[in-house]
Amino acid sequence: MTTIKDKLSPLFEAVDTFIRTPGATAPSAPYVRDHVDLKRVMVIVVIALFPCLFMGIYNVGYQVLQFQNLPTTFSGCMGIGANVVLPIMLVTYLFGGFWEVLFAVVRRKRISEGFLVTGMLFTLAMPPAIELWQVAVGISFGVIFGKEIFGGTGRNIFNPALTGRAFMFFSYPIQFSGSDSYAAIDGFTQATPLSILGDAGYGGQAVEALHQAGYSWSQAFIGLIPGSIGETSTLACLLGLFLLLITRVASWRIVLACFLGFTGASLAVMALQRPESMTYFSLPPHWHWVIGSFAYGCIFMTTDPVSSPATNTGRWIYGITIGTVIVLIRVFNPAFTDGVLLSIIFMNAFSPLIDHFVVQQHIKQRTQRNLACAAAK
Amino acid sequence: MKKLFSKKEKRIVKEGFWENNPVSFHVLGICSALAVTVKVETAMVMCAALIFVVSLSNVIISSIRTFIPNKIRIIVQLCIISTLVVVADQVLKAFVYDVSKQLSIFVGLIITNCIVMGRAEAFAMTNPPWRSFLDGLGNGLGYSLFLISVAICRELLGNGTLLGFQVIPQVFYEMGYMNAGIMLIAPGAFFLLGVMVWIQRAITGYTEE
Repeated sequence: MTTIKDKLSPLFEAVDTFIRTPGATAPSAPYVRDHVDLKRVMVIVVIALFPCLFMGIYNVGYQVLQFQNLPTTFSGCMGIGANVVLPIMLVTYLFGGFWEVLFAVVRRKRISEGFLVTGMLFTLAMPPAIELWQVAVGISFGVIFGKEIFGGTGRNIFNPALTGRAFMFFSYPIQFSGSDSYAAIDGFTQATPLSILGDAGYGGQAVEALHQAGYSWSQAFIGLIPGSIGETSTLACLLGLFLLLITRVASWRIVLACFLGFTGASLAVMALQRPESMTYFSLPPHWHWVIGSFAYGCIFMTTDPVSSPATNTGRWIYGITIGTVIVLIRVFNPAFTDGVLLSIIFMNAFSPLIDHFVVQQHIKQRTQRNLACAAAK
Repeated sequence: MKKLFSKKEKRIVKEGFWENNPVSFHVLGICSALAVTVKVETAMVMCAALIFVVSLSNVIISSIRTFIPNKIRIIVQLCIISTLVVVADQVLKAFVYDVSKQLSIFVGLIITNCIVMGRAEAFAMTNPPWRSFLDGLGNGLGYSLFLISVAICRELLGNGTLLGFQVIPQVFYEMGYMNAGIMLIAPGAFFLLGVMVWIQRAITGYTEE
């Protein structure tokens, strides 16, 4: 007879191992001695996201107070921001967690900690003015279609947080590309840097257009510009990157490759610039870095260990392609306000293929080397 | 009359409709399932056209199956199917011109719909006409089941309407509800179709491998 405890054992176990590591040892090989399991890795990523969350909350409040011409005190900003961000986060964890537990219990599997990260990534990728029911729909879609239908954590092709956001991006385009959705207050119509550049037309100077709209580089770097909750602050993302790199949770190859590909592509676009070409062409790389969700996506989304390639060569190819495609979408197709989401999800689909070819190439090289050795003997 | 609807005949219809459903089991006819399911109306007309073509082509092919030379059977089958498709297309143009315009090329493309050819090859070539008719009917209905369910979800979620009538009350929109634009583009149909195949396979307990 199965008791209710047996049925809900995934739930018990998840709570049991949440903070402490149980003393039980592995009954069979491999006996790897390491305290870092999936749960610890995930917790590190969540901690790395805290600067973004903090800056996001502050900035959401800052944008509202700025718009109302009120003094932007620290406590005021944090108060308003928390009021907006925490409900979004709560709904995300509630609905995503519900699906996660449901599937785990039905399939008799352990509840995966991956959802802690997915939920956080998803929350921070939301525009502040999003409706809560849309958040619920988006995260449900992300968890079910991005992860559970493939069999749960570690088996998904696409990053679940991105899948959910992509679904919302195409379902509710007004919320994600309008200029009035990036601050949590009615009547707000300040265009984001991306939409300014998207609408800038032909033949102008991109940096001038941004300066005219009142954006400075340092402002964009610190993150005091309208945008999705967690993506505005490049500085906060870099703090997170620092933690991810010293704990070796993220692959530095992917981040560096993405950065290089991105910078290279934006330089190439600048070099292609003609007097009559789109204003967007003239945007220098250091501006490209700080606007939109490049830093956020490049640091937290591309490095998802499940949906990115597992071979080192593959990681270089993956990162460079993502960086290049972001610039291509941004500059050549301003209809999509930011290419980061689209290009990462696009390359997610290719990462098994990249791995396959890298491994095949490796096998080929080894066979040839062995043949050469045998011939020499 | 009883002989015409014995257990075996009923079984044939049921198999095409449910257990051996062309869409969920064989994954055929997906192209039109994506293309014509934005509105329920177009989906219904499409289904009617397909049921007409697949059941009649099954009857005709089955009744001449002993005369068809094996080597050219595909060509013969195609001739019969395309004749029926042209008839269906002309009838639609004559009586429901607007819908026919919306369906555009997809009625003509019934010729290449794998369900029709598949049933002709797999069933009509080896079974008597009456049973072939029932088989075509069952498969056509099975296809319709999925097409119309997908269309209902797409029109309801993407437009808030059903058969052109506003179903979701205005109050909802004022409270902040919004139509999901993704349902109107092809990916939405893919997701819905996937979900429906999932549900159907969960009920029948069918797994691949």
